[in-house]
Amino acid sequence: MSTTAQPPAPTAASPTADKPVVRPGDKIFAGLSTASGVMILVTLVGVAAFLLWQAWPALVADPSEVRGGNGLLWYIGPLVYGTLVAALIALIIAFPLSIGIALFISHYAPRKLAAALGYVIDLLAAVPSVVFGLWGVSVIGPMLMGIQAWSIDNLQFLPFIGGPASPKSMLVTGAVLAIMILPIMTAVNREVFLQTPRLHEEASLALGATRWEMIRQAVLPFGRSGIISGAMLGLGRALGETMAVAIILSISARYTPVVTSPANPGTIAADIALQFPEASHGAHLATLVASGLVLFFVTLIVNMAARYIVSRRAAFSGAN
Amino acid sequence: MTTSTPARTEPTSSRNAQVETSGIKPGRISQALHAGILIGSVLLALGLLYVFGTVSLFPLLMLGAAIYLVVIYVVGRAIEGRRHGLDRFVTGLVTTFFLMALIPLLSVIWTVVSKGLARFDAEFFTWSMRGVLGEGGGAYHAIMGTLIITGITTLLSVPIGIFAAIYLVEYGQKGRLAKALTFFVDVMTGIPSIVAGLFAVALFTLFLGPGARMGIIGSVALMVLMIPVVVRSTEEMLRLVPNELREASYALGVPKWLTISKVVLPTAAAGIGTGVTLAIARVIGETAPLLVTVGTTTNLNVNPFDGRMQTLPVFAYYSYATPGIPREAFTERMWAAVLTLMLIVMTLNIIARLISKFFAPKTGR
Repeated sequence: MSTTAQPPAPTAASPTADKPVVRPGDKIFAGLSTASGVMILVTLVGVAAFLLWQAWPALVADPSEVRGGNGLLWYIGPLVYGTLVAALIALIIAFPLSIGIALFISHYAPRKLAAALGYVIDLLAAVPSVVFGLWGVSVIGPMLMGIQAWSIDNLQFLPFIGGPASPKSMLVTGAVLAIMILPIMTAVNREVFLQTPRLHEEASLALGATRWEMIRQAVLPFGRSGIISGAMLGLGRALGETMAVAIILSISARYTPVVTSPANPGTIAADIALQFPEASHGAHLATLVASGLVLFFVTLIVNMAARYIVSRRAAFSGAN
Repeated sequence: MTTSTPARTEPTSSRNAQVETSGIKPGRISQALHAGILIGSVLLALGLLYVFGTVSLFPLLMLGAAIYLVVIYVVGRAIEGRRHGLDRFVTGLVTTFFLMALIPLLSVIWTVVSKGLARFDAEFFTWSMRGVLGEGGGAYHAIMGTLIITGITTLLSVPIGIFAAIYLVEYGQKGRLAKALTFFVDVMTGIPSIVAGLFAVALFTLFLGPGARMGIIGSVALMVLMIPVVVRSTEEMLRLVPNELREASYALGVPKWLTISKVVLPTAAAGIGTGVTLAIARVIGETAPLLVTVGTTTNLNVNPFDGRMQTLPVFAYYSYATPGIPREAFTERMWAAVLTLMLIVMTLNIIARLISKFFAPKTGR
């Protein structure tokens, strides 16, 4: 009936009993599991609640007391703008790349190699962000100097090109961010491309389509929502990325469309990392936490939207 | 996985069929011609770069790929027709994209190794920075801090994460709480690390007042980042455990909790181990949350409940952001710290793969 080394459960289930036997071990285990699950949800709510609590002084403070002395919006506005610009550059670069890489792994590479190649791309995700930052500032920055200088000489008429060229420009930051969000976007795309119904692909090929035509007719339409949610997950990562931006970006402006010069707006996450060690307390600290709250809600919404889209079609997570 | 076979083999056959049926005779690019175009493009790129001065890998790849793509499209279009020319072009493009993604990885590894070796010596691993102003010194205090903080984080996160996953798979079924939990765990994997740091700061302000800096605060911040990853990977592994195993156990009268702890968890142990190792690798390199919660120090501090500690990523960051004189000493220590960090992370990744390779249950389907 009962197994060996059974904890106190002498009442063996008798066929006459209506209620199933509830053992203490079961109760404890179920309780622990449920408590862990609830705790995670409470933590998420707690993040919002505690940030709001700490940010409150800045929300109600006199504008002159807030960091910068001109009110909360004046301080956070350029940071939100800078965050969006950096993330957008990253997304523009990473979006086509991630689709191409995912297609290569799912439909072009030899099948035996596919898993290994996917693993190589995942390794890119394992590199800590501080390493990407230091690498970006010493390798990518100097490497993009030539292109930036050339653009400034020849494409000055574009509103987002302007001098002097800098290895610590918004463009360099965006390029490094693009590399950092590539793995998660590739992983999502790869997953949905592999889920394309085989019959769709074979039908397309049977009608004489080339491989690219088959991909355009069968794979890409099927994977569209996955591609979109992958891009949004990447966007979420780029919005919240801290150290790479803090290390690379040269911050000395508020709103500017120029992305090739050393005068850039900061980003929320990088600003917190840079200013926090010096911010003592009071309204200055609260201002930083308030900007963190904004970042939290923006990334929360982006991530929720992405997960909602992807959860409607298949179980997938970027957690591993 | 399974879908790629037809994609690779059938264009050829369908093209042959087309050639046979249609009267006109579109040719095919032979393998020799294809190889010739590829080699020619690379050589041309090499020559152009040589003429203009700098020969390095990335421009070579970009230029070579660009020349190859143009040539293969034009030649393919001329010999095989418009559609097959385009197909050849896309194949080349997609392959180029993949190679482009490999370059950052190789470049990061090369940069870190070549610059990090200068100070990758015994002194680096046995000295702290206490009293060191210029050259010398090491990151012993930072390595200890990273190990202690990550260790505490792991000890606290793994049980919570595994139990939450057990709830999702074994108890929650399809209830509302389980659904919400699955969704928000996924969402939480995307929380910016700096926000997790701010949360931990705010939480401990409640107990200790403002301005506290401690190892344990950093651990709490890292927990927010680590738990969702553990839950997600454990959940996936638990779902892979065949239901027949559970049913067999129940049929023998084994209570549910014993079934889970003696049957389900051991079966999934390898996968869970892999997931936990990858989760550790992910949080061990986190910088931003530690910057705001643990701070920085030059002394060895192994007590996570008492004051600031040094950690490897923060050590590297401050060596860059606030170097002293001579600057080279700080830069060299920074790269050595980064090399150490990368070695730890890559080792953890390899261990994770080895666990899943060697300890996975043999009965897996």
